Amino acid sequence: MKGKHSAGFFALIGAIMVMPLLVTNDYYLGVLTFTAFNCLTCVGLCLLMGYAGQISIGHGAFVAIGAYTTGILTTKLAWSPWLAMLCGVVLVLVIAFCVGIPALRLKGHYLAMATLGFASIVHVVAVAAVDLTGGPAGIVGIPRLNLFGYVLNSDKQYFYFAWSAVAAGVYIALNLIYSRVGRGLQALHGSEDAAASLGINITAYKVQIFMLSAVFASVSGSLYACYVNYIDPGPFDVMHSVLLITMVAVGGLHSIWGALTGAVVLSLLPEILSFLSDYLQVVGIQYQPDYDTLVYGGILLIIMLFLPEGIFSGISSVLSRVRLLFGKTAKGTDHAG
Amino acid sequence: MPDNSILRLNRLRRTFGGVVAVSDLTLDVCRGTVTSLIGPNGAGKTTIFNLITGYLHPTAGEIIFNGRSLMGLKPHRIAAAGIGRTFQNVQIFPQMSVLENIMAGRHLRSRAGFFYSSILPPVLRGEEKKIQESAEKQLHFLGLAPKAHVPAGSLPLGSQRMLEIARALAIEPKLLLLDEPASGLNSRETIAMGELIQKIKAMQITVLLVEHDMELVMDISDAVAVINFGSLIANGSPAEIQANEDVIAAYLGE
Repeated sequence: MKGKHSAGFFALIGAIMVMPLLVTNDYYLGVLTFTAFNCLTCVGLCLLMGYAGQISIGHGAFVAIGAYTTGILTTKLAWSPWLAMLCGVVLVLVIAFCVGIPALRLKGHYLAMATLGFASIVHVVAVAAVDLTGGPAGIVGIPRLNLFGYVLNSDKQYFYFAWSAVAAGVYIALNLIYSRVGRGLQALHGSEDAAASLGINITAYKVQIFMLSAVFASVSGSLYACYVNYIDPGPFDVMHSVLLITMVAVGGLHSIWGALTGAVVLSLLPEILSFLSDYLQVVGIQYQPDYDTLVYGGILLIIMLFLPEGIFSGISSVLSRVRLLFGKTAKGTDHAG
Repeated sequence: MPDNSILRLNRLRRTFGGVVAVSDLTLDVCRGTVTSLIGPNGAGKTTIFNLITGYLHPTAGEIIFNGRSLMGLKPHRIAAAGIGRTFQNVQIFPQMSVLENIMAGRHLRSRAGFFYSSILPPVLRGEEKKIQESAEKQLHFLGLAPKAHVPAGSLPLGSQRMLEIARALAIEPKLLLLDEPASGLNSRETIAMGELIQKIKAMQITVLLVEHDMELVMDISDAVAVINFGSLIANGSPAEIQANEDVIAAYLGE
């Protein structure tokens, strides 16, 4: 890991450790835990989209497969949640391989459409395969994860656990970016022809990064299922996949930190909006939760128009401009002195 | 077939629909030479490059490199066999730094896979260090060292072409295919490019060159092959080619 990234990584660890001391309300701690699941998926998705340049509007499906594998194996067969999570990962690897080989031959919009189709197939299966998935009623009674014999009962424990998974994901992603493999992925993003001329097996690399990013999504789904103890097809519709790529795009495609920023901002947005709606009510405006979509759309539009590189690099460039400004002032003072 | 042939195109043919782009072309490239492929626009030169490097597959004929057939191999396998190339429209990796571009060129000379790269990078520290050192050496060779950490996309065109060649050299090819390396360069840059190609030849790397700048071609080539409408119309030393009437006719039109 390079200098600035290890600083960022330790800042992330620090923030994770301190957060439950600041946020003592279990509800908000729960919201932050849900945020962690999105962050994990988005880190994987960022490797695929931002670094390897392959778009997927189907990652919600991998989250769903992870969640449902955990749900089915733990409730119907009473397997350990850990074993179920592992099975989810293996299943997702196989599915991502089978979907990836034909889909990744496509480029741009075509790849987007193919993965979108995959997402809607998985959602339909979750709704319709009633015997397996419980259909619209879902699966209840999924057990909590246990860690060395300890069941993670409290919200605080699960918060730490989920965010440790995010930290591990970030660690893996940052290592990968600055490696032979990461350079290969960025190379095929830059030019597939040129990458192949250097001996990079572009087909294999595309399928492998698709599989790796699907594993991030699957683990995130398993962690989600074990946290809420109940799953139904609702959260796994196609819009969830769209929301995931929105998170990555809003934060900034070209950086893991950007993807994290986007995931955090959009995951917390409903809470922020409901918080604001209380104030709006005081001044006489009736805010309906239905307006959320409107606000999401507006934010996405504004960011794409004014910060096309995403919030994260937008903020970084503003910060460096501010630094430049202050640097100049400091120099000016020197001259005056 | 000459003994010292590194690359042999044997009755190579490629059609696009009804259009014959390369027509029964037979050509030998001799080891250790700079061989140029010239001809009017649309003569099929870039198609020949794409056939040799596996981006296109021949309709008929055969390509033999170092005594081994390249038929049916994908581009990355042909790179592994020892053929490097550049592209007519420069294809560097714009988001990556200049150094990282060349480090990407060390792909074939290193082995790290997904597992160790993502989970146990300390295991790979030695290999990474070697990759970086050889890439830095390559940058010094091309005089791009001061720009090592600049995004490659921000370099001027001349430097981008140099970088693309440096990246192709990083795979340590036995044969290097350069597709119009001097196009878009000013006269000073063109001279530097000629010197670079001579240096590459001195490194025992055979160069196959497609180029429109005749002064450059005649200056640095050991052999020149002239292509028109996908067929070889002349083949010989620069002096022979300059005196050939068919070539003059093809270039000036009859």
